[in-house]
This record gives sequence, C-alpha cells and structure tokens, in this order.
Amino acid sequence: MMLAKKHIFSVCILAACVLGLVLSASAAEKLKVGFVYISPIGDAGWTYQHNQGRLALEKNLGDKVETKYIEKVPEGPEAERVIRNLAKSGYDLIFTTSFGYMNPTLKVAKMFPKKYFEHCTGYKTAKNVGTYMCRYYQGRYLAGIIAGKMTKSNTLGYVAAFPIPEVIRGINAYTLGARSVNPAIKVKVIWVNSWFDPGKEREASEALIAQGADVITHHTDSTAPVLTAEEKGVYAIAYHSDMSKYGPKAQLTAVTHNYGKFYTKVAQSVLDHTWKPEAVWSGIKEGSIKLAPINPVVPKDVVALVEKTTKGIADGTFKPFHGPIKNQSGKLIVAAGKSLTDKDLLGMNYYVEGVQGSIPK
Amino acid sequence: MFVRIEPRPEPSRVMKYCSPLIAAVLMLISGLIIFTLLGKDPVQAFHAFFIEPIHDLYGIGELFIKAAPLMLIGTGLAIGFRANIWNIGAEGQMALGAIFGGYIAIIFHGSSSHFILPLMILCGAIGGILWAAIPALLKTVFNANEILVSLMLNYVALLLLEFLVHGPLRDPNGYGFPQSVLFSDSAMLPILIEGTRLHLGVLISIIGVGIGWVFLEKGFTGYQLQVAGLAQKAATYAGFKYKKLIWIGMLSGGITAGIAGALEIAGPIGQLLPSVSPGYGYAAIIVAFVGRLHPGGIFLSSLLMALLYLGGESGQMNLDLPSAVTGIFQGLLLFYLLAADFLIHYRLRLNSRQRENG
Repeated sequence: MMLAKKHIFSVCILAACVLGLVLSASAAEKLKVGFVYISPIGDAGWTYQHNQGRLALEKNLGDKVETKYIEKVPEGPEAERVIRNLAKSGYDLIFTTSFGYMNPTLKVAKMFPKKYFEHCTGYKTAKNVGTYMCRYYQGRYLAGIIAGKMTKSNTLGYVAAFPIPEVIRGINAYTLGARSVNPAIKVKVIWVNSWFDPGKEREASEALIAQGADVITHHTDSTAPVLTAEEKGVYAIAYHSDMSKYGPKAQLTAVTHNYGKFYTKVAQSVLDHTWKPEAVWSGIKEGSIKLAPINPVVPKDVVALVEKTTKGIADGTFKPFHGPIKNQSGKLIVAAGKSLTDKDLLGMNYYVEGVQGSIPK
Repeated sequence: MFVRIEPRPEPSRVMKYCSPLIAAVLMLISGLIIFTLLGKDPVQAFHAFFIEPIHDLYGIGELFIKAAPLMLIGTGLAIGFRANIWNIGAEGQMALGAIFGGYIAIIFHGSSSHFILPLMILCGAIGGILWAAIPALLKTVFNANEILVSLMLNYVALLLLEFLVHGPLRDPNGYGFPQSVLFSDSAMLPILIEGTRLHLGVLISIIGVGIGWVFLEKGFTGYQLQVAGLAQKAATYAGFKYKKLIWIGMLSGGITAGIAGALEIAGPIGQLLPSVSPGYGYAAIIVAFVGRLHPGGIFLSSLLMALLYLGGESGQMNLDLPSAVTGIFQGLLLFYLLAADFLIHYRLRLNSRQRENG
C-alpha cells in the first residue's frame, strides 16, 4: 500500500515536471540578462546591492526574464572574457557593475552589436552601451544633516577608498549637509586605498575616533567602520547597504543604493525594443538612493528637516551643490544663486570648506 | 604511536615525476566528490569545469593567454629555486615591468613607430631586473633573507604602481579615474589568430620557456645551479661562485616577471591600471613546483592552472557553482602534491605488536 502510494506520488511529480517543461517551452522566448560582479555577494555592500537589484528585476518581470551573475571577476582582461562568454552564451542584456569593466565592456560590445550592455559608473557610451550611476551625493547630503546635528565634538570621520571624483563628491556633499545645520563642522578623511579591506577600514575608523570624531561614515565596502563605531560607542552612517544589524546603536542611518527599478526599466525597454544608449544618473527622485530607517535617537525636528530636504531634492527645488560654496581656503567657488552642473560634478577634484587635509595626488 | 615516519633510503626518481599526475588525478576525484555534494551531476560539472572553457578556438586562446605569464615567470623562478634561491617577489617585479613598459607606451602615445613594442619589452625586462636586484644585492652583501626582502618589495611595487596610475601616469581626460590612456596600436602586441585574443606575447612566452630549458638542461650554469641546490658546500668546493649563482637565480625571475608585466599591458590589458596581475607572480610559484622546476613540466602545469581559472568562470556560468570552487581546486592540487612528495621521501611504517613486546 505504502509502496503504491509512493509510486503514484512519483508519477505525479514526473508528470508535473513534464508539464512544466512543456509550459516553459511554449512561453515566449525569455530575455536573458547577465550580471558581472566585482566581489562575492556577501551580506552587505556594493555587490550585495546590485544583486538585490537583480532579484527585484526577476521578481518584477517574472518569467519574461532569466538572470545569471558571475561574481568575483577581476577588472581588466579577465572581465573581457567573462563578458564575452556571457554575450556568446545568449545573454542579450549585460550589466557590468564596476568602473574597471568600462573598456572591456566597450570592446565586447563592438564584437556583439546586437546585444545590449549597461556599464555602472563609467563615462563612455556606444551604440549598444549605456551607462548608469546613482546620485550618491544626494544621500550623502541628507546623511550630513543628521551627522551635523548629532555630533558633540563637531568632528566627523570619513573612511574613503580612492581619491576619484565619485568619492570626493560624496565627502563634499556630506560636509555641505553637515555645515548647513552646524557651521563649526570639521570633516577628517582617511584614505585606505582599497574598496574592500576590513582590517584597514577598522584601523582608519579607530584613528578617526581617536582624533575626536564621534560620527563615522565610509565610502568603502565592508561593515568594519559600523562595527568599530558600535564597539567604541560612537555613531556611524553606513554606505551601500543598511548595516543596522552590525551596529544597532551606532547606525544613525545608511545611504543605500537601489537598482531594482532601474534594472527592471532597462530590461523592459529591451523587451519592448525601445532601448537606447543613455548615460543615466538617477537619485532620490527615481528611488535609486534612499536613506535607511533613521535611528530613533535622532530628534524629531532633525528627521523632519531631512524629510523636507529629501522632498526638495526629489522635486528639484533643492540642490545639494547650490551656492554659495567655498573651497578649503575659503574662496568662493560657486556664487549664491548658482549651482554646479553635472559636468562640474563629474570632474570634481577639490574639497569644500570644512574638509581637513588635502586630496592625495 | 602505531605509525612511524621514516625516511626512504632512496627516493624513487620515477615517482618524483609521477607525483604531479597523481596529485592531479586525486584533485579530480575530490572535485567529483565536491560536485556531488553540491548536488550537481558530476559528469556535467566536470564537463563545465574542464571541457567547456576550451571547446572552441577562442577558449584555447584564453587558456594560453592566462598560461603565458605563468609559464614565463615560472621558468624564471625555477632557475633560482633549483639553487635554493627563493625569489617570492615576482608579483612586484611584474608590476615594475608593467610600469617601465607602460611608461614607454605613454610617452610615445600616438607615434606609430615599430620600435615602441621592442622598447617596451626591453624596458619591462630592465624594470623587473632592477626590482629583483635589490634582494640579490642585500643577500650577497649583508646576507639578508631574500624570501623576506623580495616578498616585502611586492607591496612596495604594487603601491608604486597605484601611486603612478592615480597621479603622474593618469589619463588627463579620464575624469580623474585611476587609469592611463589606452595605448596606441603601435604599443599593442598583434593578434595571432583572428577571432581570438591570442597575441604575440604568448609566442614570446613559449620561446622564453624554450630558452629556459636550454639554459637549465644544456648549459654549464644550469648544472652549477643544480649542484648548488643539492649541496651548497660541494658546489663551493668545486669552485662555483655561489654569489654569482644568487645573482643569476634572482635576476632570472626578475627578467621573466618584468617581460611578463610588459606583455600583459601590451597584450590583453592595453593600458596601465592600478592592478595589472590577478596574482600571476604568486601562482607562478605553484606552477614552478607542480612542474617539478623543469621547463617542460612548467609549460604543462601552467596550462593546468589556467584551466582551473577558466573552469571556475565556466562553472559559475553554466552550473551556478560558487566562485570559491577555483580556489578549492588549486588548494587541493597543491595539497596532494605536497603529500605525494612527502611520501616519496618518507614512508609510513605500522609498528607491529611483536616488536613492542620484545
């Protein structure tokens, strides 16, 4: 009897499998979407957020798409092979999610003119290559407001990876945000020369705390700065991902990246044959930059101010890089009533007033 | 203790050359077990890992592109390793080769002269030699440990490259991003087979391995190195100048790593980046040992190592295998090789009860 039941059961499963096969074969051809990641996905950080975007894409478009990711792909010649192999194995839309994939992406795109490529954080587009990046600085400005209100020592610590415009823009926006509510703010920066190095990030955070910083933020990939802040009893503002589980007391908020909407939109445009190579720079308005839930220790009036500023950024009435802005030596670089253009922002290579030290050359 | 370890009176010569094969077979068997545990069909996984990456001409080209720096550097290192001169600094010497070669490409950017490429390779070799000369000099003059010095210099070299790419050699029109201009065509190695990335550098590397073979197996210096490695005192007694051998052993690694660095940037990379090698300088040490410090063996083991890298990518793409599988395979290979080598030199004896009683 048991045996018979088992048989019936397995026959049912088999039948279901066959049915599934038939059904999937009869469905319209799926769009195959490939993702190239610089690091393993892990449970927080840059790649983790891109993978969340990929999962959102799968959820939003269901069986119209099929996705695949290759993780831990080094920049340079390795990347070219991986991207090419994806294109060759029938992936029609490929997202390459690190700056160093720019030239490899362009090279492969030339070989596969009928495939679509989207490169994250680069500045070169082509017939079948678009670029995308978030206005991370908008979130930084908002986080700066919170940090400026919460610091007691008026000293903020910033653990930074490499002195490229994207990182410098973040430091400046954070400083402007903080000084908008507290003009006494000083921002100390330590460069760790790595995107991901928990050991160095921890040392840098400890050094900043020893120098009097009582709010730590970072433009690096690990959870070490938030963990260090939690241990030392100071505040932290996380980057990329919500890291509140690593620093429930320390984390005031986090500037998070959200690619799900964008990935869905691009895939949909390929399905609709309306895809165009664009240089997309999205932010608060499009929902690609969001603040993680703000820690309850932050007073209500500060939260209200952040919400108001968020709304202003979203509807375009407020711009973080709006004059008057002075540089480090106190010279006016953006006059009152003017704001920096996207082109100025993309090439930013100076500190604003309030940041200490100099940019490594 | 039921098991005793005792040295074998005479290690088997045949087994010495067989042990890499035994290690490779054991690695594959362990791999099949791992694939099964991961819930993948082992045959399919095996196919994805070891066949799929090289099933077409492009794949074979990729195999040789990855193997070329490994075989070239591995041969250079083996020359020193044979004389017990341990150059662990190939990664840094490769970076210096890339810096010197890349500098030529950048200052002559836009020129179409045919002399640029040979000059890049020559300067790359000089860069590697200079970097390897530091530990050699400290070893011969102060008897400083060359393993430590060469290893530490790796970090210095990588930071130097990073500094240059972030600063003086940065592309002025690159929005401040850390990379140099893309080299002109005259500074790029020509492609040998259309439709692949197989470039002239691969051929140069294979020729380099050939030169290494002649040097090690046919020349008197190669013999001297071997004697010095087996018995340094005997070599000194025979009148071989050990200091000279140190210089040869260190600089051979430097020159090959330097050339490999120049070939990488003039080949698949095409510009200077903050990092020009995914660890070739270290992997070449494994390649040299798996290849039994013999150029022929090194040629084969470099291909095996390259295949492990490619297989890792292909496994991710076709079977959703985790990227860590590549590292596991490399670790297994080295582990089995060391175990096999150990058993060639020593044997395990079970202690019989009789003896204990008596």
